[in-house]
Amino acid sequence: MMDKPISNRAWFLVVPVMAFVLFSSLIPMMTVVNYSVQDSMGQNSFFWNGSEWFQHLFDPATDIGGRFSRALVRNLFFSGVVLLIEVPLGILVALCIPKRGWAVGAVLVSMALPMLIPWNVVGTIWQVFARADIGLLGAALTGAGIPFNNTQDPLSAWSTVVVMDVWHWTSMVALLCYAGLKAIPDAFYQAARIDGAGRWSVFRNIELPKLRRVLVIAVLLRFMESFMIYTEPAVVTGGGPGEATSFLSLDLVKIALGQVDLGNAAAMSLVYNLITLTLCWVFFTTMTQLDARGSA
Amino acid sequence: MSLQLEHVGFVQGPDTLIQDVSLTLARGTLHVLLGATLAGKTTLMRLMAGLDKPTSGRLLLDGRDITGVPVRRRSVAMVYQQFVNYPTLSVYENIASPLRVAGVARAEIERRVRVAAKLLRLDAMLDRMPAQLSGGQQQRTAIARALVKRAELVLLDEPLGNLDYKLREELREELPRLFAETGAILVYATTEPAEALLLGGDTAALSEGRLVQAGPTAALYRHPLTLEAARVFSDPPLNELAMEKRDAVLLTEHGDRPAPAPLLGLPDGRYRLGFRADAVTVGAKPPGSLSFEGTVSVTEINGSESFVHVDVGGDAWVCLIPGVHDLLPGASTALHIDARRAFVFDAGGALASRPVLAEAV
Amino acid sequence: MATVTLDGIGHAYGRAQTEADYALKPLHHVWEQGRAYALLGPSGCGKTTLLNIISGLVIPSHGRLLFDGRDMTRVPTERRNIAQVFQFPVVYDTMTVAENLGFPLRNRGMDRRQTAARVGEVAAMLGLVPDLNRRARGLTADAKQKISLGRGLVRPDVAAVLFDEPLTVIDPALKWELRSKLKAVHRALDLLMIYVTHDQTEALTFADQVMVMNEGRVLQVGTPAELFEAPAHTFVGYFIGSPGMNLLPAQVEGREAAVDRHRVPLGAAYPALADGRVQIGIRPEYATLSRTGGLPVQVQRIEDLGRRRLARVMLGAHPLVVTAPPDLSVNGAEAFVRLDPASLHVFADDRRVPGGAA
Repeated sequence: MMDKPISNRAWFLVVPVMAFVLFSSLIPMMTVVNYSVQDSMGQNSFFWNGSEWFQHLFDPATDIGGRFSRALVRNLFFSGVVLLIEVPLGILVALCIPKRGWAVGAVLVSMALPMLIPWNVVGTIWQVFARADIGLLGAALTGAGIPFNNTQDPLSAWSTVVVMDVWHWTSMVALLCYAGLKAIPDAFYQAARIDGAGRWSVFRNIELPKLRRVLVIAVLLRFMESFMIYTEPAVVTGGGPGEATSFLSLDLVKIALGQVDLGNAAAMSLVYNLITLTLCWVFFTTMTQLDARGSA
Repeated sequence: MSLQLEHVGFVQGPDTLIQDVSLTLARGTLHVLLGATLAGKTTLMRLMAGLDKPTSGRLLLDGRDITGVPVRRRSVAMVYQQFVNYPTLSVYENIASPLRVAGVARAEIERRVRVAAKLLRLDAMLDRMPAQLSGGQQQRTAIARALVKRAELVLLDEPLGNLDYKLREELREELPRLFAETGAILVYATTEPAEALLLGGDTAALSEGRLVQAGPTAALYRHPLTLEAARVFSDPPLNELAMEKRDAVLLTEHGDRPAPAPLLGLPDGRYRLGFRADAVTVGAKPPGSLSFEGTVSVTEINGSESFVHVDVGGDAWVCLIPGVHDLLPGASTALHIDARRAFVFDAGGALASRPVLAEAV
Repeated sequence: MATVTLDGIGHAYGRAQTEADYALKPLHHVWEQGRAYALLGPSGCGKTTLLNIISGLVIPSHGRLLFDGRDMTRVPTERRNIAQVFQFPVVYDTMTVAENLGFPLRNRGMDRRQTAARVGEVAAMLGLVPDLNRRARGLTADAKQKISLGRGLVRPDVAAVLFDEPLTVIDPALKWELRSKLKAVHRALDLLMIYVTHDQTEALTFADQVMVMNEGRVLQVGTPAELFEAPAHTFVGYFIGSPGMNLLPAQVEGREAAVDRHRVPLGAAYPALADGRVQIGIRPEYATLSRTGGLPVQVQRIEDLGRRRLARVMLGAHPLVVTAPPDLSVNGAEAFVRLDPASLHVFADDRRVPGGAA
């Protein structure tokens, strides 16, 4: 139960934040909407273009539509792969973290380190790390006879981006799961020992069910972030080789800033935004409904 | 001075949590709210405190309507079953916190904290942190904080529920007196009838969000006006027997019996007999009692007394008999209901005849 | 089924230099197969440590633990064949009630049909049959505690059932039902049961024999009646009974005790007790308020507890709790208290001194 007094005055405290949100997102967003329905001949002159940009975008036969659909598939594939690796790995890591003693602090801090590094620095580290000529990883793999070159081989580029993301974010899943595991009372483990349950059975029947709520949050956060990934691949592969790792966000930047194609870029960013929102909503509602059905 | 609840109701979504409760809580008396878990005790306290606003009815403090006044502007202290203390503050600072918020002068804070700490035997541990205290000490800290506040309304929500049995016994003894001295309106919620009796004062019996009956505690125990009130105020649970009176005969599922003298005056009809564990005996038949055969299901010995659980043709009864009697399960035994100490309720659950032998209060 | 022997079992967390370092002071005791025992004492008295030693969650620093003469001191929990019910209900959320009950059997490789038969038997005994196919997580606390108990009982080879304050989260009205269910199960199955609690009512009503503990030490082992009528230690007198035993500092000689300037006749003869602290003790049940005769007291308050009335009185500077008979009304504060000589006990340095016939 919440013992908070109800007072409408609290709304006034929200006003500065609302004003900030208005200026920082809603107004820029409106300009994007504006661009998406107009065309420009330069010199800051705009004219009405209706839904033409959107029609192009949704038609895979056009150049922009083809790029968009391929990038979208790439994004979904990337998020799927990353979730499939990071969630089980994160749970596994969390299970291995000691529950008490001096080691806890050391492990937790060292696990948090990747998350504390700025995105572009992560990209740079991995770009150097994976270089086939001088990078520790790249050179080692090449030396071992495994063909690896992330500037020429799409598979190498993809693996680098995926491994980099796993390195960067698995600890977040692990830390969330660790907090969830810590909240399980000792009595459950004792009862399981008395019942003769094995390690797998303890995981399957006690730990996993108790982790469910935490995992909903972890999956949601990881999905959103991986779906919107930009900085690291931009630094490491620049979307290449070819357009092999050219995700929606990278493509968008190319269109908007590289080709200064504002109308297409605006339409694309709006659709991108809506897709992200919709997917998150679908994720969240299905997962909370699954949870509610479990408790009924 | 008093707090008055006038037809207070509270509805949340599809659930009616409190239904038409009217109650007057006078100052200087301890008011016990008695009822099972989910009977509405905590909800009613939250309404009294102003944490929730009733959806119908009014709250009056000394005749002044305070229904919509938020909790911050009321003078209320609350103690919960869970020990609620500020984990980063010392015991001293925990106790002093409401005074600091109220802007009381430093010297006065010091004085009041020392007095409260001494009363609750916390003076030796004022510098400790809550995590270094035992459960009893933590709860005493929470109580001391409520005490120094000198609130007009003090709400204790099963404050001793999480404490050791003996510690509970001691604090139960001291608590009402500590707060009585502050002149507050004191409300104490409990699920245990025995605790209500030990506390004394006035009791309001609650069941499913309704006020079943209110009055001086011992009087309520002896003179419940409805079957529901008798059920709320019985531990072990009230024994019950459905019967029909026809002339001088009682017809029951377990056979017909001549009506004992105290029940002869009842008009013919269907009734429900309610009798507490101490109104049934086993063994020799006392005069004027109503007897049945039963099978012992279990016997529990509590030092100087024995509780015998008996199955009488599907009705489960508990009898409390003085002394140590280890009746074996499965043994058949004669049970004698002392009709002079039994309540008779009519088909609607209202009291039809009160026991002849209800000792003077 | 087993007899459990504590052979000098003691435990110190860390190194034991002096006696005070022991969370549980070394003790010898035998718990017999088929009987019900309770460990009773306040928080931190060592009762939970002792329970954990039996279940194998704690390896004692001293002594040996024997099940039917076999040394189990270092055998891991899962191979001890014990069942345990915890303070807060432990159920496997994702399983149905039937799957919960069958879990220990499935883990030990019993086949589906046999498991179902055992689960059916145990569910019938605990009244869980209607819920067998429901998910365990939505059930009430008392049903969950029954499931925890059932998971222990379902095993045909269970040696002992341990209870760690199992009624803490149960409503008072349901406590009666659950407690009598425990007793009925005990009678039906002929199992050794050990019940840990701080609540004297639970301990006395559940157990054949109660072990009263304080500060890591076992003070008395006895039947509920023995603990009530002849407490071996002042702590037992205080801890058993509600309210506890009255204790008065006294001088004792022969068949008489002196409290301040008052003479109190005793039910037995005692040797002269000159050394140490001597007290006499009497339970409120055996001290009666009266209008005439007995020790003169000042009445402070009379409490009406429904079934009985208690008077809080002062004998000089000593507070006493006594029984006020239902028909007695006291005018003013002056009254008398009669103490039943046969129920008076003498304690020297907190230990009970047995009286002689002479």
